[in-house]
Amino acid sequence: MAVSPQAVALGLLPGMTLADARARVPDLTAIDMDRPADSAWLERMADFCNRYTPLVALDGTDGVILDITGCAHLFGGEVALRNDMHERCTKAGMEMVSAIAATPDTARALARFGGGAIVETGQEPGAVDALPVGAIGMSNETALALNRAGLVTIGDLTARPRAPLAARFGANIITNLSRALGEEDIAITPRRPLPPCTVERRFAEPIGREDDVLATIEHLIEEAAKRLEKSGQGGTSFEASLFRTDGAVRRLTVETSLPTRKAAPLMRLFRERIDTLADPLDPGFGYDLLRLSVHASAPFTQAQTSLDSHDMEDEEVAALIDTLSTRLGKQAVQRFVSAQTHIPERAAYQVHAKEYPSKQTTQSLDMPDLHWARPNADDPPSRPIHLFEHPQRIEALAQIPDGPPRQFRWRRVLHEVARAEGPERIAPEWWRTDDASLTRDYYRLEDSQGRRFWVFREGLYAEETQHPGWFVHGLFA
Amino acid sequence: MTPSVTQLQRQLEALTPSNHTYRERGQLALGVPAIDEQLKGGLPLAHLHEAYAAEVSDMAASSGFAAALAQRLTAQKHPKENRPVVWIRQTMSESEMGRLYPHGLCAIGLDPARLITVHVHKPIHLLSAGLEAVRCASLGAVLIEAWGDPKELDLTATRRLALAAEQSGITPLLLRAATQEQPSTAFTRWQVRSAPSRALDANAPGYPTFDLTLLRNKAGTHGRSWRVEWHHDLGQFRSIEDQFDIARQGKQASYKPHLGEQVRDESLPGKPVSGAVVPFSARQPAAAAERRTGTG
Repeated sequence: MAVSPQAVALGLLPGMTLADARARVPDLTAIDMDRPADSAWLERMADFCNRYTPLVALDGTDGVILDITGCAHLFGGEVALRNDMHERCTKAGMEMVSAIAATPDTARALARFGGGAIVETGQEPGAVDALPVGAIGMSNETALALNRAGLVTIGDLTARPRAPLAARFGANIITNLSRALGEEDIAITPRRPLPPCTVERRFAEPIGREDDVLATIEHLIEEAAKRLEKSGQGGTSFEASLFRTDGAVRRLTVETSLPTRKAAPLMRLFRERIDTLADPLDPGFGYDLLRLSVHASAPFTQAQTSLDSHDMEDEEVAALIDTLSTRLGKQAVQRFVSAQTHIPERAAYQVHAKEYPSKQTTQSLDMPDLHWARPNADDPPSRPIHLFEHPQRIEALAQIPDGPPRQFRWRRVLHEVARAEGPERIAPEWWRTDDASLTRDYYRLEDSQGRRFWVFREGLYAEETQHPGWFVHGLFA
Repeated sequence: MTPSVTQLQRQLEALTPSNHTYRERGQLALGVPAIDEQLKGGLPLAHLHEAYAAEVSDMAASSGFAAALAQRLTAQKHPKENRPVVWIRQTMSESEMGRLYPHGLCAIGLDPARLITVHVHKPIHLLSAGLEAVRCASLGAVLIEAWGDPKELDLTATRRLALAAEQSGITPLLLRAATQEQPSTAFTRWQVRSAPSRALDANAPGYPTFDLTLLRNKAGTHGRSWRVEWHHDLGQFRSIEDQFDIARQGKQASYKPHLGEQVRDESLPGKPVSGAVVPFSARQPAAAAERRTGTG
């Protein structure tokens, strides 16, 4: 039995039987408990809490846990966030108790048993010491047994050696204890991983054939597309979850470069994904639930047939990137981005090809990362076409202190230098404190066979080192 | 292979429709009259072409040749647009001869901003990705770089690439290294070898220079070699023997003698001799700075 504040004033307690209560207060108004309505309300509460953070989990039938890491400052700090929440709940006619702590278990113990508080990191033991042992989450029997043993508060528990406690009452209470004390953190399982759109289909009879699964996914995509259309969005990341009757869940994810609502290209990607699975789909006794979640979406404008065919070309290239990324993995399909540094191996890096648009957009948007310095028209290339990730050590014969090599041995082959240019000095970046590298003097060399190399001497002779090493770093065309 | 078989093949090739219409989709001239004459106008578009690195150490040269061709291809076919170029490489090539370096590609003239690189481990993926890319008609060029002699890369595989190219109009370039000549349906086959460049001032290495050998040519005879330079600023290959000197002379009309001239003429022979090497001062990198002021 749950009771109202007025009833508490009359001496009634939650958990009493209705008969007992009626005996004390004869003109009591009793309403049947409506659990579905309660849980629906809690869901709405949880939805409401999404205002504060996307990570909301339900706690039992009457609580919600919010992960507000990194969110509090948006509301002016933890205190302000809590006040705001209280204010809104009071307006809605609710009473609530809340606590903020570094770990969900500490906060839960304080909210349910300690009347609510805000605990700074590191203060957890002091904050929860006075709470009853039941606060750390255990069955009533265990709590009773602990009480009988004279352990009434959490402080009593922490004062004891833990091994005997675990031996007698189970390892669970030790885990729960350390969580409540803030020694161990667990991530809450959010109620939903926030896909903007999820559609699912349940089956009375499980399905097992791959064709059926694919056909269902196609239906789901169409359904999801309708929803996305309402919000003017197109999905870029789709996940199909296949729930097997025996509990196993298989997830297939496909991603697209451009937002889409079309089923056909997505189905091609899903087929591609199924084809490239390391272990093929095993339907077992069949799937009884298929769910399609759209994890990422972006504004999507209905494609117009434009006069120029650029859009269609962009789409074709995007489709190619999607297909190859699905087949080979995202790390296999890349685009170059330039970095603001003179250190050759850091001067460029690669990102997945879809991260950057390719054509007209790059000219209109100001993307310095995509601007590459063109060399002077009259100069031959000053940078090699192939670069070794790790410079390769060579034995070089060169004039000191800073002449180019006259000959060098690389991969056991002796190269006689016929032409040389340099040095081009590239100093280490002094502002990177972790970088202990030396100054490099780069030379462009051409050997007697006509092969062109980019070699450098590491360290200034007599200033930085007595025995500078030589390395080949790249190859020119 | 006996001559009679070769003749039969020629006849067969003459009967295939692609051979009658190979020039229909346009041609890519290399800009060197001697080569273009041999090709009867240039590389036919929408056909598969192959480039072999003469040795593993010539892979940088073949990459340069490929980048140059890709640049010319996109510049000729879609001059206004910045069409993406897809370059598919095997990880083996990367670990052996280094990664593609975008700043270097930029220096060759291929804009890295439009380059999409695809890295694959297995040759079978190289081919499937290559086929997928060749089918995508919106690309500017497709470069497929194979390492060694994988059994998957057989006559059938190249035939597939060639057919896909014919349908989409893409001109794929198949780069091969660490292998001997393999049978394929490529329209032309080139061997690329690094060649000594024409030295710039102060004996600095010059423009990318290749020895190109035409190993196969469906449109005519093959077997000839040319030494060409690639000029990224002109977007053209130039034969070392003739064209270059004329172009160069025009530029050097305003050439003024300066310190670098002396350094080159007197003190730096082609091969440094012991004791006679002019030390390049580190504080004052003579060669680079002077050459820029001299010719720029």
